Amino acid sequence: MIYETVIEGGKHWSLSVGAGRSLRLVDEQGGANVGMLFYNPRNLLERYNAPDTLKCQHTFKLTRGHCLYSDMGRIFCSIIADDVGWHDTVCGNASRELVAARWGERSYQAARNDWTQNGYDAFLVEGGKYGLGRRDLAANVNWFSKVAISDDGSMQFDPANSGPGRALELRFEMDTLVLMHTCPHPMNPAASYPRCPVRVTLAPAAPAGADDFCRNFRPENGRGFANTELYRAALGVGATNGVGA
Amino acid sequence: MRLSSPREAADARYRQIVPAGDYWIETVRRGEYLRIVDVEGNQAADTLFFSAADPAERYSAIDTLREQGNVYLSAGSKLRSTSSRVLAEIVADTVGRHDTLGGACATESNTVRYALEKRTMHACRDSYVLAVVTHEHFGLSKRDLTHNINFFMNVPVTPDGGLTFADGLSGPGQYVELRAEMDLIVLISNCPQLNNPCNAYNPTPLEVLIWPADVR
Repeated sequence: MIYETVIEGGKHWSLSVGAGRSLRLVDEQGGANVGMLFYNPRNLLERYNAPDTLKCQHTFKLTRGHCLYSDMGRIFCSIIADDVGWHDTVCGNASRELVAARWGERSYQAARNDWTQNGYDAFLVEGGKYGLGRRDLAANVNWFSKVAISDDGSMQFDPANSGPGRALELRFEMDTLVLMHTCPHPMNPAASYPRCPVRVTLAPAAPAGADDFCRNFRPENGRGFANTELYRAALGVGATNGVGA
Repeated sequence: MRLSSPREAADARYRQIVPAGDYWIETVRRGEYLRIVDVEGNQAADTLFFSAADPAERYSAIDTLREQGNVYLSAGSKLRSTSSRVLAEIVADTVGRHDTLGGACATESNTVRYALEKRTMHACRDSYVLAVVTHEHFGLSKRDLTHNINFFMNVPVTPDGGLTFADGLSGPGQYVELRAEMDLIVLISNCPQLNNPCNAYNPTPLEVLIWPADVR
């Protein structure tokens, strides 16, 4: 383990995570939501692409085995452990207006650290520290949150999706700028502003070998790993782990 | 929901054929009607919308889906911006369902989906990039190319969380029509994809028509 911390609910953070590192997230009390976006620090125009991530793996939900793709056909990170089973990447963030309408706005002036921050502004603040702006945001991941789809396409938020101690682990396959917030999911119907802490652990990760679960989860992922390994090999950076390097 | 339009092609102020593998970028004014016609059937129209006054405010699939509480687009769908404002509303649709989960094809995602050697095949994202770099006056760049609508594409979500690329519901002459709720820049890539059935393995032309706001 390199570092561990607990991010309180309704807050935001960012970190550049190198290839060969892992991030473990734990829903400390149940009901957490972690909004997350990913960028290539060498080229901030390369960013997490939810549509490519979904269509490349023929999935609507994210869970163990899935890889998070950039718009350049490369893998920022793979989900190597997950005891939740369903994470959302199509519902976006609550805005300041949505938070105010659903839970009432508590200003910093009045509430200090218990103010009601929102996921959209949280991403703008963290992204702005790296020169990113409104134009650079994209559909984000909402870890621990599930929105199920009926046959007619209607969407239902599942408040029982996660629980105390549920965890997931991301293994980074290339250097990645990670923006994150712990603000409420925009479809959470809770009566009061949800404020759920999340434990974040940064650690070294074993390289993805030829028999890696994520690499072999779908044939597409084998090619995604090949693209990512080609990128690192061409640059001459990072661990050239696994096959095809 | 299938709903046909009362507007006649003869009253349109603008008509343009967009060949497969080409792009179309134009301004559509508030109140105007934009129709996209699937001329020969089963042709994906990958479409992005931007506020002409502030192009950083643009079509947001995630806000659109969440606010309507449904993952499919059809007549009555309000297309929302990154600020959750209504950019346009679908006022007519003879198909009944359109996709906004699958995104646009790209040479890079084609390498993942099909084979690494497909990297040189034409793709929507290349058309988008050429459109924005050759029309700098719109103020757009690669930063602005995100999560689009695929008109005439059918991408059902299954209850267990799968995503399927089904046969298109569209056919020759089917169309979708929108009313602009603010001045818009509209960017369409007429999809060149040859590797999956989204264009029935045979990319064909689209037609774009615009009616002025005062004609009903």
